[in-house]
Amino acid sequence: MSTIETTHQKVIIIGSGPAGLTAAIYTARANLAPLVIEGEPSSTSDQPGGQLMLTTEVENFPGFPEGVMGPDLMMKFRDQAARFNTTFITEKVTKVDFSQRPFAVWVRDTKYTADSIIVSTGAQSIMLGLENESRFYGHGLSTCATCDGFFFRGQEIVVVGGGDSAIEEATFLTKFASKVTIVHRRDSLRASKIMQDRARNNPKIEFKWNSQVTEIIGTDKLEGIGLVDTVTGESSKMAVTGLFVAIGHRPNTDLFKNILDMEANGYLITRPGSSYTNIDGVFACGDVQDHTYRQAITAAGSGCTAAIDCERWLEAQH
Amino acid sequence: MADGIVILTSANFDETIKSSTTPILVDFWAEWCGPCKAMNPILTEIAKEQAGKVTIAKLNVDDHGDIAQRFSVMSIPTMMLFSEGEMKLKMIGAKGKPQLLAEIAEFIPTKS
Repeated sequence: MSTIETTHQKVIIIGSGPAGLTAAIYTARANLAPLVIEGEPSSTSDQPGGQLMLTTEVENFPGFPEGVMGPDLMMKFRDQAARFNTTFITEKVTKVDFSQRPFAVWVRDTKYTADSIIVSTGAQSIMLGLENESRFYGHGLSTCATCDGFFFRGQEIVVVGGGDSAIEEATFLTKFASKVTIVHRRDSLRASKIMQDRARNNPKIEFKWNSQVTEIIGTDKLEGIGLVDTVTGESSKMAVTGLFVAIGHRPNTDLFKNILDMEANGYLITRPGSSYTNIDGVFACGDVQDHTYRQAITAAGSGCTAAIDCERWLEAQH
Repeated sequence: MADGIVILTSANFDETIKSSTTPILVDFWAEWCGPCKAMNPILTEIAKEQAGKVTIAKLNVDDHGDIAQRFSVMSIPTMMLFSEGEMKLKMIGAKGKPQLLAEIAEFIPTKS
């Protein structure tokens, strides 16, 4: 396959969640005319706009006292970046070469080069990893509660997980389902206090503690799940027509294996208090390097940090 | 029709599918679905680039749930390709343009 060469860039931003788009706004306003390779549509959180594209109302993003819909918020971020001369490519990066300058980034057979790179590829939801899982996508198993909740009106469904996203999904799904059971492998939740209280006070939500999903049951559509008790080891079955999974996230760092320093769990390592990676001129921001806070506002803040680090680094090269 | 995209409803669905002179790609969507919105620019582009070869249509599942139910739609976006009145392909979930074009390629005539 012959390579298509493109115009050289000052900065390429890979990923377009709150971190990447904030980095775009700042680098664009610094006259660096950023190129954002924003990813491609998907029904998982690995898509342009990132994890907020799968949420409904965001209540904790400052500046929106009445709350704001996640996808609307991300459109505003994107419009703001576009206003200051940002170019977008709605595709996924397939390969990178950071071993020499200029750095190179490929989208299939098209090669882009840049003086600097900002990595903001974020994180995506972890699925259960069960054998027949993919067969049930769109047939009762969903990766997007906001997209698919509507189809489970009056039905009994399960949400797996114990963090904020699991509790938020479960609460949202009670708008449609007759009963939502939260299946969690421990006996307490990781979710924030306000989310927990909301779930506990919701008459449609029940909890199934110390339980792990081991099996998906059904022929054409999902009909139930198999569970194992994580304390007693006892197995059981539960009849449900919908299954929503929110058991956590993993960073989108496959592209950077053996290139950028990362922790054992795949999160990129940045120099403390900065966005510098182990490669001079390559910066990282947002959830791809943060498994502690993982908020839209912290991602946006780190996107700003990366843009300023990048701008100063570029200036120092002359 | 807006941007060359046909708007389907419970009332015109069957007639439109049956009488279409080209294969017709139907996007089942709703206002509250983020990944559905991400498909809009891609579908608009395809409608323009492949005009005369494939028709792009949209059905709002919120307003026309009976059609969504008839085709067992349980997840959106779901895209279905109909040719000569029959469903040939059902795709669940949002996807990028190259992938979408590759999946529908075998049903699209090479010459218009």
